[in-house]
Amino acid sequence: MSDLLLEVRGLRTWLGPEDQPVRAVDGVDLTLRRGETYVLVGESGCGKSMIAYSLMRLLPPSGRIVAGEVLLEGRALLDLTEAEMRRERGGSIGMIFQEPMTSLNPVMSVGRQVAEAVRLHDPEHAANPRPRVIELFRQVGIADPEHRVDEYPHQLSGGMKQRVMIAIALAGRPKVLIADEPTTALDVTIQAQVLELLRDLQRETGMAILLITHDLGVVAEMADRVGVMYAGQLVETAGVHEFFAHPRHPYSRKLFRALPGADKRVQGLDAIPGRVPPLDRAFTRCRFLDRCEARQAVCEGALPPWRGEAEDGYRCHLAVEQIALGTPTARDEGTAPPRAAEPLLRARGLQVHFPIREGVLRRVVGQVRAVDGLDIDLWPGRTLALVGESGCGKTTTGKALLQLLRPTAGSVRFDGIELTSLGGKALRRLRHQFQIIFQDPASSMNPRMLVEDIVAEGMVAQGIGASRAERRERAIELLDQVGLSAEALRRYPHEFSGGQRQRIAIARALAVDPRLIVCDEPTSALDVSVQAQVLNLLKELQRELGLAYLFITHNIAVVAYLADEVAVMYLGRIVEQGPVKAILENPAHPYTRALLAAVPVPDPEHRRRVIRLEGDLPSPAAPPPGCHFHERCPRVMPRCREAYPPRCSLDAGHEVACWLYEDEE
Amino acid sequence: MGFQPVVLATDALIYLLLALAVGFALYARRHEHLRAPWRQVAGSRTAMGALVVLGVYVLIGLLDTVHFRPLQGQDAQGRPRYATEVLSLLDLIAAPLREHREKTYSAPFATHLYMRETIELPDGRKVRDYPRLKWGGAHLADPADRAADITRRVAAGLMLGLVIWGGALLLLARGRLARLRRLFRAPELAALRSAAWTGLVMALLLGLVLNLAGVWHLLGTDKVGEDVFYQSLKSVRTGLVIGTLTTLVMLPAAVLLGIMAGYFRSWVDDVIQYLYTTLSSVPGVLLIAAAVLMMQIYMNNHQAEFNSLTERADLRLLFLCLILGVTSWTSLCRLLRGETLKLRQLEYVQAAQAFGVRHFTILARHVLPNVMHIVLIVVVLDFSGLVLAEAVLSYINIGVDPNTNSWGNMINSARLELAREPVVWWSLAAAFVFMFVLVLAANLFADVVRDAFDPRLRERT
Repeated sequence: MSDLLLEVRGLRTWLGPEDQPVRAVDGVDLTLRRGETYVLVGESGCGKSMIAYSLMRLLPPSGRIVAGEVLLEGRALLDLTEAEMRRERGGSIGMIFQEPMTSLNPVMSVGRQVAEAVRLHDPEHAANPRPRVIELFRQVGIADPEHRVDEYPHQLSGGMKQRVMIAIALAGRPKVLIADEPTTALDVTIQAQVLELLRDLQRETGMAILLITHDLGVVAEMADRVGVMYAGQLVETAGVHEFFAHPRHPYSRKLFRALPGADKRVQGLDAIPGRVPPLDRAFTRCRFLDRCEARQAVCEGALPPWRGEAEDGYRCHLAVEQIALGTPTARDEGTAPPRAAEPLLRARGLQVHFPIREGVLRRVVGQVRAVDGLDIDLWPGRTLALVGESGCGKTTTGKALLQLLRPTAGSVRFDGIELTSLGGKALRRLRHQFQIIFQDPASSMNPRMLVEDIVAEGMVAQGIGASRAERRERAIELLDQVGLSAEALRRYPHEFSGGQRQRIAIARALAVDPRLIVCDEPTSALDVSVQAQVLNLLKELQRELGLAYLFITHNIAVVAYLADEVAVMYLGRIVEQGPVKAILENPAHPYTRALLAAVPVPDPEHRRRVIRLEGDLPSPAAPPPGCHFHERCPRVMPRCREAYPPRCSLDAGHEVACWLYEDEE
Repeated sequence: MGFQPVVLATDALIYLLLALAVGFALYARRHEHLRAPWRQVAGSRTAMGALVVLGVYVLIGLLDTVHFRPLQGQDAQGRPRYATEVLSLLDLIAAPLREHREKTYSAPFATHLYMRETIELPDGRKVRDYPRLKWGGAHLADPADRAADITRRVAAGLMLGLVIWGGALLLLARGRLARLRRLFRAPELAALRSAAWTGLVMALLLGLVLNLAGVWHLLGTDKVGEDVFYQSLKSVRTGLVIGTLTTLVMLPAAVLLGIMAGYFRSWVDDVIQYLYTTLSSVPGVLLIAAAVLMMQIYMNNHQAEFNSLTERADLRLLFLCLILGVTSWTSLCRLLRGETLKLRQLEYVQAAQAFGVRHFTILARHVLPNVMHIVLIVVVLDFSGLVLAEAVLSYINIGVDPNTNSWGNMINSARLELAREPVVWWSLAAAFVFMFVLVLAANLFADVVRDAFDPRLRERT
């Protein structure tokens, strides 16, 4: 086959000590053709990134390739000397990484960093790389490249930095571009821009892309062919359309069922129990066995065989028609209780400003308006989702409502009690009624404390439970409620996986009998299958205990699954608010529309029309005059530049702050 | 023999420090996150070797810490009368060293004084010559036997050292030879093995000292005829006291202020930052000199308040620790403030705030345990610096009391003699070797401790 570009055969990459190696990649075959996009998808810890690093021969010090072949146009990359390999890296193979923030050297101008790559891999322009750098900047869609080349990484936004990284990768005119989660650290609107850029570049240059992601939406958007990784192996390969239409491997199928979405509100998510097995031992049985619902007697025996073609098959003991997955039982009526007479928490005109100080005397020269006049009601038993891009003030809002940050102005009434004027002891005594669950389960627990002490901390502070024994009893009860056993009490947080830790965090919050929980992106650090477990748990707890949730997230699918109402935030203010159905199906504000359109849909047949937003979120220290959104708005009008639009009511509870709807008032 | 125990101020603090160390060890045993790094330290060959050396020093220092007054007969009413002189256990053990005073300088292993004197011969003639020493080599009838005697004693000393070593190992292995065999074969016991080898060196040295020190001046004598080896041994305690008590003194202030500044921010931070910026911009030596001179004047004016010279010298030592502590807490404070600034942003601190946990409980439960690794690293790294600082300060006469034995004082009194011809080198060399071995062992140990406790280094391995 002449268009065969990259061929990987039987690749095995091991990490760590000789006597107990971690088999990060354990026998992977894949092929990549010219102009094609191959997407590797899987949960964290499945060895996706290790494949990329093995191809580039950029393994960590303890990593080694123990077997396999990598052929680039017939040349065996693994047999090259290090000096020869250096020419290939950045030359015929380019790579972009997940974290653009740390991939660029902060003390060199971005232009010089790109020029470095040009000088190394482009002899034609080596003497005078600047014109080529500017050309590359233009190619990756950076406006005003003549000036941008002299800027430093901190002057650029995340999306811009990722474009620079792509420019560096393109400098050697690569035949293969390896993109390791290139958009995971970016907001959806920026993600849409970067994905579009990658597609355009591919069309122009004809390079092949090996894309690594955990997001099925991105897969549907980008892939020609898909490979599903599980525990160091490919478990299924297929063309993108077949894959989304008929996933075969039980793991692939369960992944789809675990995806949150509006259509799953009633039945609940079909979570995959357990977690990816540790890779530090040799497997003698199917790697997915312990989590598989469709397992049969035959699965207990040997390693499963590969069924079908190399490029279109799956790894299972069972034929497709033998794989039977049960349907999840409906556990929820899907509707939230109606609104109570009074909201549990009512915030009016909430403002949080951070002063900017400068000079020797630390005078205040400006304010970062992180939250700038917010009205929010939270009702018992119902969930309000607060949606927006990073930097819009979502998290600050959550903390200000709980008085973890004291608001600059505005009122927060909890059950009729004004919280902003309370201090010290009075506030401390109320704290058990409202709790918070954080995003990162790794940093939300003191690594030096036992789980028992972590769960009991709030009880001690709030005087719940008279004795240590009583508190322990309650802690066991709570752990049971979140699906953990009592033996967890005597262990440290680092002994648990991310999902388990998030359960412990939930148990800790529940320990003080709260009525309101602020969930600050509680699932964004988790894999899809684990996210489903946590979301199901949160939903169940709400139904049992009648909790009110403020759910802060940027994940629209989670909103669709969980929320009753949605508030969309932009630059410290709410631009649109209403029932979840109204907002998701009938968004009014141009920003909401762009946000929703930017979300990749896990369906390759669904070609969405992306509303492209120009530029990035403006700085909250100097918001644009008039409507904050006017600089990026596709439907901007002259009056948008003059004054901030008032709130207009569209229909039952659906409000929007936009001049477009002023007339309907 | 009766005695009256005496607890000097520094003794009390050393006992406190000992109690703290034992308490910390017991606490660490029950906490995995503390036990794991110490296990790593215990698995390091360098650390275990250094630890044996440090242990010997600490043992000498502790022996020198148990003070008492010996009984000196009875007074008229039949009540026991105690000597005014305060002795330590080390003095008791090394009594021959302490009591074997010569007239003035003598070289190591010398039989004759280092200076000519007019000697009256039995026949009444007077000659100027080097007189025989009163103690050093006095057991020899003929000084020409010196080499033979030393060789014999060295051989016996080495044999004794081997026996001591073997005996100690057997005792530690609880008499089982199989354990000993495992110690020297098993690869996982490499660290213990290197400790055993270091122990052998120490045991051989001990054997030599036991055989030689009684009849020879191993390291010569100083100007007033005191045995230099004895002085070096006595200086061990001073060095250790300076190295450890200074940290003990500064630790509460540095830790409390550092984490408070980082946690509370706002005006608390401003005040504390102002405090340590000001303090650290005053030249340390000037501050120490001024404080020590003031102390000296106070002591001279209030002589009556001190029961003995030892007590007075001890107070000055303690004061030096205090003032060294005052000048050295700022760097640790700054480090801790920075780390706390990072920690207070962490979600578990905010979660605790959301539970309404009190600020000082948060500091004690969430912040302090998570900065302890920094404290530990700084303490062990500072130790050797402080031992050296004492030597420098004593050298310029603002260190410990001239009556206190210390390496700094030894160097200070030896420096003038360096210009002599022939040169008196042994005081300086002795102080240097003793200090060098201690500081080297401490530094090696500190490096391993830092590697074990620094989370950034741990992730890489």
